[in-house]
Amino acid sequence: MDFITLIDKSVLIVIIFAVSLVTAMYSTYGERKIAAFFQDRLGPTNAGPWGLLQPLADGGKLFMKEEIIPDQANKALFILGPSIAMLTACMTSAVIPWGKDLYFFDHNIVLQVADVNIGLLYVFGVVSLGVYGALIGGWASNNKFSLMGAIRAASQNISYELAMGLSIISIIMLTGSLSLRDIVEQQAGFNWNIWYQPLAFLIFFVCALAETNRAPFDLPECETELVGGYHTEYSSMKLGFYLFAEYINMFISAAVISALFFGGYNFPFMNSIGLSSNAIALLGVGFFFIKILFFIFLFMWVRWTIPRFRYDQLMKLGWEILIPLSIVNIIITGLVILIKEGSLF
Amino acid sequence: MLSISQGLFYFLSFISVLFALMVILAKNPVHSVIYLIVTFFCISGHYFMLNAQFLGIVNIIVYAGAIMVLFLFVIMFLNLNHETEPKTPILAKIAGAICGGMLLLLVVAIFNDTQLIYAQNPNNQIGLIKNLGLVLFKDYLFPFEIVSILFLAAMVGAVLLAKKDDKTKQSDII
Amino acid sequence: MNTIQYKFNPSYLEDSEPLKTKLSGLKSQEMIINLGPQHPSTHGVLRLEVVTDGEIVKDVIPHLGYLHRCFEKHAETLPFNQIIPYVDRMDYVAAMNSEHAFAMGVEKMLGISEQIPKRVEYIRVLVAELNRLASHFVAIGSYGVDIGAFTPFLWMMRDREHIQRLLEWVCGARMLYNYIWIGGLFYDLPLGFEEQCEQFSTYLKPKLKESENLLINNKIFINRTANVGVLPLDLAINYGVTGPMIRASGLKYDIRKTDAYSVYPEIDFSIPIGKGEMGKTGDCWDRTYVRMQECFESIKIIDKCIEMLKKEHKRNKDFDPQALVPKKIRPQAMDFYIRAENPKGELGFFFRTDGKSDIPVRCKARSCCFSNLSVLSTISKDIYIADLIAIIGSFDFVMGEVDR
Repeated sequence: MDFITLIDKSVLIVIIFAVSLVTAMYSTYGERKIAAFFQDRLGPTNAGPWGLLQPLADGGKLFMKEEIIPDQANKALFILGPSIAMLTACMTSAVIPWGKDLYFFDHNIVLQVADVNIGLLYVFGVVSLGVYGALIGGWASNNKFSLMGAIRAASQNISYELAMGLSIISIIMLTGSLSLRDIVEQQAGFNWNIWYQPLAFLIFFVCALAETNRAPFDLPECETELVGGYHTEYSSMKLGFYLFAEYINMFISAAVISALFFGGYNFPFMNSIGLSSNAIALLGVGFFFIKILFFIFLFMWVRWTIPRFRYDQLMKLGWEILIPLSIVNIIITGLVILIKEGSLF
Repeated sequence: MLSISQGLFYFLSFISVLFALMVILAKNPVHSVIYLIVTFFCISGHYFMLNAQFLGIVNIIVYAGAIMVLFLFVIMFLNLNHETEPKTPILAKIAGAICGGMLLLLVVAIFNDTQLIYAQNPNNQIGLIKNLGLVLFKDYLFPFEIVSILFLAAMVGAVLLAKKDDKTKQSDII
Repeated sequence: MNTIQYKFNPSYLEDSEPLKTKLSGLKSQEMIINLGPQHPSTHGVLRLEVVTDGEIVKDVIPHLGYLHRCFEKHAETLPFNQIIPYVDRMDYVAAMNSEHAFAMGVEKMLGISEQIPKRVEYIRVLVAELNRLASHFVAIGSYGVDIGAFTPFLWMMRDREHIQRLLEWVCGARMLYNYIWIGGLFYDLPLGFEEQCEQFSTYLKPKLKESENLLINNKIFINRTANVGVLPLDLAINYGVTGPMIRASGLKYDIRKTDAYSVYPEIDFSIPIGKGEMGKTGDCWDRTYVRMQECFESIKIIDKCIEMLKKEHKRNKDFDPQALVPKKIRPQAMDFYIRAENPKGELGFFFRTDGKSDIPVRCKARSCCFSNLSVLSTISKDIYIADLIAIIGSFDFVMGEVDR
């Protein structure tokens, strides 16, 4: 690894980090505005023009709040909880390919922090760790509501990880690679995976909702039953970390969904419009973000439309519907691939 | 002068041994579990250094991501406080020390007598997912399937054990 | 160090929040969760002592009294006309209905109830039905929040806002009106109120249908509420449950019809009852459904009232709604009970007067929410915690009335 590549990567990491934070920040603004739109309200209007400074005001407020650590809480773990949540939320973006390579002055800039050949598994690994934030924080609070929230978070995440992983296997069978870049490259132009795997997309989307603890799967923090779930006892920026991690997770899930099923940075007619490769790469990044924003909107749309599941219904949906469906999907995909190759009979 | 990979190796090994010790020495069982998770991460690091990326990430997903979550889950329920911890009598402590010492003796004796066999010209691509898949599904297909049946049996057994034979049926509750 | 030092001691908890269940009597897998008094979904300051086994509720014990404001004692120290503001504060989301019941009772004791002008009665029914709508909106909307749907709540609040503006126009207050007086009204309706009301009712019908589709007919909502918290009819009768709850259990019982008070017999409306469309009769879904249908019935009543107020009992210059308000309210010595259909059930007032003063010797309020709430621990056994929240929400009680 030469020196320039090192600089490239560091700059890219900083940019991606900043972008995911800013996107998450403005997701909160978007959430408020979208919710307001659904509910015949205006949403934030006072902080800055159209309330655009509202996220900053919120962040400032969270910083100013008193840090409360309950007397009976396990202090070290109480602080560790939100830190893990934030850390795991920020880690996933490393393997997501944000765009095609750029060429400047004979130098190739790869718009991906790490192109590892197990990229998809890395995403799953990090996602599976995300539950520790809720679990540890909820237990350390020494509160029964928090504990129940933590337990719900753990069982929900483990159950839905299974269906999520199984739904992805059909995509892996199609592409034959676990590298996210390979998967995106194969969907060049308009050859998106969604056309081949609509069921897998549906399962994956539902699981993504569950993994990010968004409604209708927001049982771990559902405020009408468990007050605040695992973050009942949290205040100030520690609470902010939890809430913020949720939005970053949403951003990352939207990115993963767009990369896996909607062609990532590919867009229709990208090779026939006759632009230079750099322009196409930059346009691709733009398209990728449009897709991501659309999915963030979709997450919010779902949240502000439908009620919440009950705990047993959630488990039932995960284990009795989504997992069998994804297994069926795998079998069908396998059969189709074999028939296409002509090696079945 | 150590090379980077050697340095990393020693660093990871040091941390993994340290945290493995912490697992045993920590008073709070929840802390132990967390130290164990860190140990798993170090072991995954070793896998990565051996170019076995698949094994490394699966180690994280399965052990750190799922099994340890369940461990933590159970320990959280048990509510192991210092007050509820049973006092161990001195006799039991002495017995434990003797047993542990004998085990140590045994291990030392075994290591003293064994010849360490190093693989000749190891295939450093074997840990990659494609090669591993080929090995598992071509060369060792039968044992692989046997193992999966074993796991299935364990799963069914676990479900059976976990099922309460309450008089209130589940359907009444739902 | 300027920090508050608080050392935890288990006895503090026992003192401040006493428990009915003995901790030593619990099984090893059971624990007690203290739901409330400050909990987002106990609709005020209800405290529930919940014995749970994981997610499953084994026992629920309600603890009341956090909003006790001595209504009855206050009422025994004040003249009748001064009690009305206190009546407002019992069920603060449906103050007009309580006022209506109270004023009606005192008028009957005085024997002037036959002389009340029809226009006054129609205005009373109009504002009471508007308030019933507002109360049902709160019930349905906040039930949506309990189930996890936030949008219907704000839609309902948006529509309730219109009602509150209308009522503010009528009497100057948004929640606690003191509008219906003994023997009359505070004022006549403001000019143009009838037209505004008409406009509102045409606006409301499609909006209400929309809310119904969004919330009540939602698949997840049905899954969450159908067959949950089933209240059989015999149990409901035994516990004195009234209002939408008993109608949801399948009994066509509405005091507006059975007692035929005020001008209700002149108005054509039907009584929706729970039929168990989505599950067993008397489940949470039925209760919400009955409330929703009652909203449509209330709109019918409002339409009829406006029609009558515009045609038969027109506004005229000589009409004085305070004409019959007695100077001295001194009923004869008697025991008297009056009841009326509140949005939440049967609200009753028992008066004992001595004939010598204008202060009641005894004034007891029969709170519908209190009786409705009493059935909670019977029907919430072996359910999930989420179901418990769903059941509490479907009862639609106001702690102000439960504790009085």
